[in-house]
Amino acid sequence: MTGDFPKEWQYRTPKTKLLIWAFWLCMVAGFVYCWQVMNEGTIWFFVQDAPKQAADIGGRMWPPKLSYVPELMRPLWDTLNMATLGTMLGVILAVPVAFLAARNTTPSAAILRPIALFIIVASRSINSLIWALLLVAILGPGILAGIIAIGFRSVGFVGKLLYEAIEETDVTQIEAIRATGASPSQVLNYAIVPQVLPAFWGITVFRWDINIRESAILGLVGAGGLGLKLQASLNVLAWPQVTTILLLILLTVVLSEWVSAKVRTALI
Amino acid sequence: MSSYPTTWKRPPQIFTHRGWRIGLQIGVLVWFVLAIGSIDANWERIIAGAERGMRFVQGFLQPNFTSRWSDIYGGLIESLTMTFTSTIVGIAISIPIGIGAARNLAPAPVYYVCRGIIAVSRALQEVIVAIFFVAMFGFGPFAGFLTLSFATIGFIAKLLAEDIEDIDESQAEAIRATGASWWQLINYAVQPQVMPRLIGLSLYRFDINFRESAVIGIVGAGGIGATLNTAIDRYEYDSAGAILLIIIGIVLVAEYGSSYLRKFLQ
Repeated sequence: MTGDFPKEWQYRTPKTKLLIWAFWLCMVAGFVYCWQVMNEGTIWFFVQDAPKQAADIGGRMWPPKLSYVPELMRPLWDTLNMATLGTMLGVILAVPVAFLAARNTTPSAAILRPIALFIIVASRSINSLIWALLLVAILGPGILAGIIAIGFRSVGFVGKLLYEAIEETDVTQIEAIRATGASPSQVLNYAIVPQVLPAFWGITVFRWDINIRESAILGLVGAGGLGLKLQASLNVLAWPQVTTILLLILLTVVLSEWVSAKVRTALI
Repeated sequence: MSSYPTTWKRPPQIFTHRGWRIGLQIGVLVWFVLAIGSIDANWERIIAGAERGMRFVQGFLQPNFTSRWSDIYGGLIESLTMTFTSTIVGIAISIPIGIGAARNLAPAPVYYVCRGIIAVSRALQEVIVAIFFVAMFGFGPFAGFLTLSFATIGFIAKLLAEDIEDIDESQAEAIRATGASWWQLINYAVQPQVMPRLIGLSLYRFDINFRESAVIGIVGAGGIGATLNTAIDRYEYDSAGAILLIIIGIVLVAEYGSSYLRKFLQ
């Protein structure tokens, strides 16, 4: 009997080992193939030249032009408004979508739920910069396009996290409210909403923080704010101004992250 | 008896003083009016654009895959290859950085250096990084590959480091008690505990990288974003709609595929 067993204990059977090796082989082969395809058009001279270019740009970028800061205050205000109003728009649109998408609150699982899920996926897979690109072509440049772009992108994010929170609500509380003879809207109001409210605020503040980052660059495609100034400075190769804008963006992002962390710990 | 209120109200939690609450509400109202006032929308332009908006919706409903197919196909191949290579390279670089950024494995100097790398990578927006890499390495997918690899480092290394810090210390202690070296500790105590999550994160990052690769093309880093930008600039909304539908489709497939794979692995 004992002779059938291998002398040494091994964690995996030979078959799984072979499968793992095959997997790694496929990954390496795929990587090499993709590398070849990707670099067909690469001009290697530019790549070799890159350190020199980097040193050149770095030399032009320093020191930042601090006298440019007052001119950036209006774009900064626009950027913050774009992020905040966009978050508000996104949240207002996302709440009904989330309730339609959650399995336990959707009025029709066959028709409305797939539509709501498609809205969430579509909004999530298209970056706000692409939304802005489209909306600037439709609405013209300005922060209105930026607000709507931020809002459309936020729908998917807030909707997805919120509908997961709704699906995770405690069934016993819903059952208890229903047992008092409450109507479906009262069940929603007294059993589900109080349970998801902390998650809702957490998600909203989290998304606001992300939106501050995104709205800072939306101007690159013409949607106003700091990105517009960045694009203008890049176009005229005014590198000290670029440094100033980037530092301001970095400062704003760090501050908004700090605020959102504070608010979330206060809420939860 | 009758003086009790008939409905119960939850007392305020954060701002307990009434004046603070009223002040905050007035402040928010003032900000809101000022913010709405500073939008300065150009209504004539918007009405003129409404017709274009309708054409975009029509293009989205009746996408035109055929007339620009060769451009779309080229962009898609660039995006996919860029995503695949940058995810692999990014993960390969972020594993040592992630181990270095875990407080329970690395000495203090290494820890601070690795945390610094992660902070820099996370603070810089992909698009801004892409602008610089395009300026340095020239247009095309190579700049996009570098951008996405750079962004992957911050994401994977941070989450990996947090995961390593959360491992079950008793297992590490057991391996250490056998007289294992540092490498053996990593291989036998840490790696089995973090591997499932690392695979999940990698698949998730692949998904994110594909979505980002559609964006950084706008600033010249190759991929489907460049094609999309051209299509929108030329007002070819039917082609743009087709590209957007393809992006949505691929993201959907990647998302469901990765969630299936994660379930299968756990």
